[in-house]
Amino acid sequence: MASAGEGRGVALRRTGFSVKRQTGFGVIAWLCFFMLYLPILTLVLFSFNADQSMAVWGGFSFRWYESAWHNQTVQDASLRSLQIAFIAAILATVAATMAALATTRGRAFRGEQAAYAMINTPLIVPEIVTATALLIFFASIKVSTGYTGLGYLIAAHTAFCIPFAYLPIRARLESMDLTLETAAGDLYATPWQAFRRITLPLLWPGIIAGLMLAFVISLDDVVITELVKSGGQDTLPTYMLGQLRRIVTPEINAISTVFLLLSVVIVTLFFLLSRQRS
Amino acid sequence: MASARDFAESAERQDVRRRWALLSPALVIIFFAAVGPLFIMLVYSFLQKGDYGGVRWAFSTDGWFSVFFQRDIFDDTLSFADAHISILWRSVRLSLMTTLFTFLLGFPTAYFIATRPEKSRDIWLFLITIPFWTNLLIRTFAMQEVIRNEGVINTALLWLGIVDQPIQIMYTDKAILFGMLYVYLPLMVLPLYASLEKLDFRLVEAAYDLYATRFQVLRRVIMPLVKPGIIAGSILVFIPSLGAYVTPRVLGGGKNLMLGNLIELQFGQGRNWPLGAALSMTLLALVMVALLIYARQAQSRSLRHG
Repeated sequence: MASAGEGRGVALRRTGFSVKRQTGFGVIAWLCFFMLYLPILTLVLFSFNADQSMAVWGGFSFRWYESAWHNQTVQDASLRSLQIAFIAAILATVAATMAALATTRGRAFRGEQAAYAMINTPLIVPEIVTATALLIFFASIKVSTGYTGLGYLIAAHTAFCIPFAYLPIRARLESMDLTLETAAGDLYATPWQAFRRITLPLLWPGIIAGLMLAFVISLDDVVITELVKSGGQDTLPTYMLGQLRRIVTPEINAISTVFLLLSVVIVTLFFLLSRQRS
Repeated sequence: MASARDFAESAERQDVRRRWALLSPALVIIFFAAVGPLFIMLVYSFLQKGDYGGVRWAFSTDGWFSVFFQRDIFDDTLSFADAHISILWRSVRLSLMTTLFTFLLGFPTAYFIATRPEKSRDIWLFLITIPFWTNLLIRTFAMQEVIRNEGVINTALLWLGIVDQPIQIMYTDKAILFGMLYVYLPLMVLPLYASLEKLDFRLVEAAYDLYATRFQVLRRVIMPLVKPGIIAGSILVFIPSLGAYVTPRVLGGGKNLMLGNLIELQFGQGRNWPLGAALSMTLLALVMVALLIYARQAQSRSLRHG
């Protein structure tokens, strides 16, 4: 069968006929890639503009990076973004790892489907809906307790990061070989020892992938943060959203470029990590 | 015998208890900071609005009523809330158009990637994923750079002499459409690619043997086979488009709001929390309907194929 098919394929190739070709698809695909990268490249290019203008090129300079670096508001917002993302990503990853262990090992149990659905709801509910619901809920807590710290933002970020962290961890657990764990059990390892010595080391790439995904997702959030934050709690994205309504200078491009670079680095690491087969 | 079974049962119960314990942190966090507040919002949609935002604890259907209707302040006559309905309609229309255009661009792209040699596919896929994981606000801002009056498109058109005045794209529905097309395109390409990658090209070959034209092969063989991917991609694009907030706010300007902005407005300057809550619930209901249609489709497919 296969060899006959290949034989035909060779014959077809000789006549210049490819079964995979569809007229114009290549052109559209190139157009698509061009469209995806043109805006990003323009944005990066103008971050190096010596001129105040966002339209006319006035020579190469790092001026806007410098001014962004010395901008106290940008510094505060960046640190706050990182702080929230770190805490939320770690909390979400721990919770997601435990949940993934509970839903991939052993027989199915009653309520498992419901728990699975619950973990994934943040992916389905539109962000603006969650954001307004949290605004209402947190507003009443703020009134009754008087607490207005970063806790609200961290709680909200942790919740919507959990399904993202859960995804790669669960995938890793499902593709893992169970025989080693069984063998450990046969050799009188306690469940904790088996987990600590066998499961955890094998699961590690999945956990790191989940952590990075959660980190990026938290760092990128605009809508929920914008509605939940109290006064003076701008993160970098909400600061930028506020700036876009005024006259923008290439300083925003400079901040965006650094932000982009950070995302690209994390995603590349994630990509390499998830390609590593168990 | 009985004791052995008892032992097995109690071990099983213990295992289930342990697994619920493992699940509990995730479930508790999601309940308190994502799902639970939705129920509070449902309650709020049936309360009276407070004077300076917030609510008064008295039952009222005013919030839901004003989603669709308005009462004239002078003669008390009822009429449809044109402003709300036009925003609702714009949201649905722009989301459907975004879905259609991302498909028209995304399908050939996914097909292109799926038919590359195996080694280079990962690279192409990576190029699609990169914009997807970069900040949505930054991508929207980048789009603004392109479609502005002094942006890349208009500068190029002016320079080429095709137009003698910049085309106004910013602050129109077209700008929102461009923006959403740009930010949600990867969400269409990825599931389409997942389906196309599994496509058995021997079937395509068989169709050519039976004298099918290229278009017939595409229409009658490839499209039906990748239908799950098409539906998944459409849902993945349609749902976030419907609830879009950032893109219309940045690109759409003052009057061209979408549902997401209308909702936010009620909690900000509008100071009408019950209306905002009712609008939020309406959006959630629309999303649920879309998901239900999706689930139906998936179910009938699996029934047909056993």
